[in-house]
Amino acid sequence: MNSFTNQNSTGFLRIEAEQICVDYNGTLALYDASLRLSSGCICGLVGMNGAGKSTFFKALMGFVLPSRGKIRINGLPVSRAQKEQAVAYVPQNEGIDSSFPVSVWDVVMMGRYGSMNFLRVPRQSDVKAVWHALERVELLELRNKPICALSGGQRKRTFLARAIAQRSNVLLLDEPFAGVDVRTEKLMADLFIQFRKEGRTILISTHDLNHVRDFCDLVVLINKTVLAYGNTSEVFTKENLSMTFGGDQPDPISGSESID
Amino acid sequence: MHVFFITFDPLSLLIDPLSHEFMRRALMVSALVGGVCGLLSCYMTLKGWALMGDAVSHSVMPGVVIAYALGLPFSFGAFVFGVGSVALIGFIKQKSRVKEDTVIGLVFTGFFALGLVLVSKIKSNIDLMHILFGSPLGISNSDVKQTLLISFIVVFILLIFRRDLMLYCFDATHARSIGINTGILHYLLLSALSLSAVAGLQTVGIILVVAMLVTPGATAYLLTDRFSNMTFLAVVSSVLSSVIGVYVSYWSDIETGGSIVLVQTLFFLLAFLFAPRYGIIKFNNSIDL
Ligand SMILES: Nc1ncnc2c1ncn2[C@@H]1O[C@H](COP(=O)(O)OP(=O)(O)OP(=O)(O)O)[C@@H](O)[C@H]1O
Ligand SMILES: [Mg+2]
Repeated sequence: MNSFTNQNSTGFLRIEAEQICVDYNGTLALYDASLRLSSGCICGLVGMNGAGKSTFFKALMGFVLPSRGKIRINGLPVSRAQKEQAVAYVPQNEGIDSSFPVSVWDVVMMGRYGSMNFLRVPRQSDVKAVWHALERVELLELRNKPICALSGGQRKRTFLARAIAQRSNVLLLDEPFAGVDVRTEKLMADLFIQFRKEGRTILISTHDLNHVRDFCDLVVLINKTVLAYGNTSEVFTKENLSMTFGGDQPDPISGSESID
Repeated sequence: MHVFFITFDPLSLLIDPLSHEFMRRALMVSALVGGVCGLLSCYMTLKGWALMGDAVSHSVMPGVVIAYALGLPFSFGAFVFGVGSVALIGFIKQKSRVKEDTVIGLVFTGFFALGLVLVSKIKSNIDLMHILFGSPLGISNSDVKQTLLISFIVVFILLIFRRDLMLYCFDATHARSIGINTGILHYLLLSALSLSAVAGLQTVGIILVVAMLVTPGATAYLLTDRFSNMTFLAVVSSVLSSVIGVYVSYWSDIETGGSIVLVQTLFFLLAFLFAPRYGIIKFNNSIDL
């Protein structure tokens, strides 16, 4: 329950990234990307395919090593923050073997491993956290199903539940809305808004610009670097968006109307 | 073998062989090795390390020969070369653009060839056939002790790190993101693999060890959707096939290693055909809605 921080801690920096540069074998994917997020906010990460959103997440988790720059989570180096369960990450593609013989419950319980002793024997509190997380993503009935029997969207919710079960203060969610139905979308949005109330910090990448307008306090527009960053109302403008998504050719279908 | 023809009392078929010291020893060692390899085989099949198991088991060959020549415990030499081969595979893969399975194939055949050449060059009383095909019926007391020690270490590793290793096989990214050191888990699993290969070499020999490290896991995988059930079933099927294999080899005077692995393969085929959910033959054609 330690993660239920009060509003009064707002202002404490949860994520600090300073001038991150990442290259893959010499090809630059991200340069000079900086971000500072305090507690109790939802930040949207927006950019076109290949803009470096996933790369940014991976850098924040220490899965790709930035060639330059400094990253702190909860004021700690990333590896320390991970050991203290300060950060939960749901990747864009889980990259798992979906026929692995584990149940939904087992997977969500994996979110608790970091706070268990080294034999990973679940305590009462772990069982509670898993139950609670499954409840929140409406997967309780399916908890004993093997994951090979899940649909793609249910699997996505399972991994979100695992991140929730971790009870971290910082949530990094790479395209959580991709491939889920409207109902789940609504459920997830409500969940995120509640997390914000609890003082958690959420970084979400998404291709749905309406989500950003609906519940993101802050927005980061990126294309290999941070193009614009700030309050959604100020940054999420037509000019900024057309700059983010390839400059002077506006989208012929949903184009300018949907952006206003 | 004459027992077989004189009496058809099934109980005596099982009990009579036990009057021989070598049979008792062979059964004990085979069952133990079977259990250990069976447990590990779950991780090998789930992690997709079958080829790695093949590589490690073949690569221990020169280690065994050198250890014998120097008068060291053979399992020590085998372990060094087993881990060494894996390190070399990792190094070459990292430093070159050759694909992993190619590197694995290249390294282990190189080591195996080195082992063959050493056997032919170093004059000693090593029986090549015993290394290649195992000889549980002729196992020595010191080999039994080494096998006991090895089995204890492997089982210890696999039980203590049971859940971490399962998580590592399932989702290494998540393991890292909750602060678990996956590098250590990787090398623990590889060490367990090298040690089990050494143990398995006792009963079925270098060439067939990979069967011990893959088949029971694959059989169990067809039978269940729960990891804990899978480890249980793998161990049971592996111990059973080792014991049955040794008996069959005794009764009908056939090669022991081959007989153990054949029984394992038979178990797999049965699961493949008749497993309740994943077998290819369905008894009730009803579809649950
Ligand atoms: N493992 C990798 N090796 C080499 N290049 C990579 C690798 N991963 C990503 N890239 C490159 O880095 C750039 C950024 O990729 P990234 O996955 O971060 O994009 P993204 O913003 O998440 O895109 P999407 O919206 O499609 O998910 C791309 O040009 C991609 O080709
Ligand atoms: Mg991406």
